[in-house]
Amino acid sequence: MRTPRKNISLAALCLVTVGLHLLTAATGTQYYLTQLTMAAYYGLVVIGLGVLMGYAGQISIGHAGFFAIGGYLAAALTTRNLEPFRDAPLVRGLDSLGLLAAGQDIYGAALLTVTPWAACLLAVSLAGLVALVIGVPVLKLRGHYLAMATLGFGTIVYRIFLASPYFGEADGIAEVPAFPLLPALGGFGPVVVSGGAEHRVLNFYVAWGVLILGMALLLNLIGSRVGRALRSLHSSEEAAEASGIATARCKLQVFVLSAVYAALAGVLLTHFNGGIGPSEASVMKSVRYVALVAVGGMTNLWGTLIMGVGLTFLSLRGVFGAHDDVVFGAILIAVMLFTPEGMLSLRLKEWARRLIPGARS
Amino acid sequence: MSLDLFLQYLFAGITYGSIYAIVAIGFNIIYNTTGIINFAQGEFVMLGGMIAISLLEYLPLGYAIAAAVLITMAIGALIEMLFIRWLESPSVLRMIIITIGISILLRESALHIWGESIRSLPYFYGNEITTFNLGSVHISPQVVWVIVACAVMMAGLSVFFRSTPIGREMRACAANRTAALLCGINTRNMVTLSFMLSAGIGALAGCVMSPITYTQYDSGTSLAIKGFTVAILGGLGNSLAAVAAGILLGIIEAFSVSVVPLAFQDAIAIAILLLILFVKPHGIFGSSEAARLKDF
Repeated sequence: MRTPRKNISLAALCLVTVGLHLLTAATGTQYYLTQLTMAAYYGLVVIGLGVLMGYAGQISIGHAGFFAIGGYLAAALTTRNLEPFRDAPLVRGLDSLGLLAAGQDIYGAALLTVTPWAACLLAVSLAGLVALVIGVPVLKLRGHYLAMATLGFGTIVYRIFLASPYFGEADGIAEVPAFPLLPALGGFGPVVVSGGAEHRVLNFYVAWGVLILGMALLLNLIGSRVGRALRSLHSSEEAAEASGIATARCKLQVFVLSAVYAALAGVLLTHFNGGIGPSEASVMKSVRYVALVAVGGMTNLWGTLIMGVGLTFLSLRGVFGAHDDVVFGAILIAVMLFTPEGMLSLRLKEWARRLIPGARS
Repeated sequence: MSLDLFLQYLFAGITYGSIYAIVAIGFNIIYNTTGIINFAQGEFVMLGGMIAISLLEYLPLGYAIAAAVLITMAIGALIEMLFIRWLESPSVLRMIIITIGISILLRESALHIWGESIRSLPYFYGNEITTFNLGSVHISPQVVWVIVACAVMMAGLSVFFRSTPIGREMRACAANRTAALLCGINTRNMVTLSFMLSAGIGALAGCVMSPITYTQYDSGTSLAIKGFTVAILGGLGNSLAAVAAGILLGIIEAFSVSVVPLAFQDAIAIAILLLILFVKPHGIFGSSEAARLKDF
């Protein structure tokens, strides 16, 4: 995408964000902002996966795993009490670096936890590291093997979170504290990621801001040399290799990047929701992310963003009711059968042109 | 570990292993004729069990199972005709996503029809506590049913593929689809047939295992992953090796219970899958030269 057009689109997205806020404020439906915030975080996962699937041509049915690694680690580190281990060398080291926060739990007992910022950095970098370690062997595989390997990875992550008492087993982790992103500055109050009603508007802007930043970064990536390399890789890996592109490295970088996106979304959404449960790591979630990318159009990042946020929002509002998963399964099949390039690739433009008399055809 | 306990684990392993082998053969049949891995294979197993349980109200056990197998075969054929048959040389990514979508639809339909409750067929002979002793080892008669049913299915498939005209046509289709087409074989019908066949054996496996492992709407997914592990372990498309690989995985799983907590049991099969994929993706019995010629 050319630079001016890209900037115009991003500016439009900013306007849409403000517009959504004003629309809900004007119609008295500000409770929609909660789901819009959550949808933006899921959108972040989907656009990351979109670059991996659409541009690098690698399927991953395990991205809920990375989301869960981010969310669960952030949740566990900021809620699990380190007080009994205060004298352990590791805990003392963390404390001297200023990464620990002391507090009190609801019964007044001393509570020592990792600060949200440190937990976030730890969680995201661990997810990136896992993606790096897993990615080296996994990305050598293709097609069915790659699909099954990533599905297997996602399932292992799910099983581990479900079976570990440290991660709360089937209950997950609750009462995750708020995440103070920025301290109070001048006339502005502190920027906090939390689910409290008083922070609703603030959190909406934080989530959409993160989404816009993430989108800008990916658009730059696609437009760069790396992006061209990725596209050549999608059409023919052999040809790309022959043209001197380090295909293995390219694929790995995008895989790690998309894992980092998923993990960051996991961290922020966990702080926003105040908790996380094992269903966030389930295979069905991973399949849903793949479905959203497919619906948006594999090589159409804007389509992926619109469909990802839009459909997730509808799903969170409960529009599909008990048939939530059926809807996503049906969408998946329908898109792949009829418009494998994504729903927005339908020739809407040509239809529109035919409708407008005198338009250049 | 005493000898008795060892044998007990061994039999448990062989029982589960034969089921995995059947699921793996279901994968292989479809893979051979189409080059597709059918991610909905586990759902066929679940459907077989569920339909048989529902029919049991109206029919005696044997007929209920036979009807369940036939209905599942019809569903398999229907799926192929609706979603696969008319696609012109679809990409692998597209096929993966479509079969995943099918598996979701089947699973969710099962959830809406049968609910979340865990069901099972009654024991074919005796009940939960009926056992007979082999030396000092206690074996449930259902275990014998599972092993015999699996062995009969494998023998039947082997005769079918070797000696019947249709079986030979399917093998021709597997070896080279274009050449088979030029010889006047209707390859599209062969693909439909392969879906029916793999749905049928999946359903039968689902019926015989139901009294031991129970049937739930979502029991297909983990079976599919394990069946795929076995299919890869034996080398994709190689059904005889799948039997050996299935029993191997079953035994590894059974013995792993004595080392790691049960909650991690599924993770072990998947860890083996990942390991095999990384180290020897053509399977422990496959040859790397042959694997290079296949397209994944």
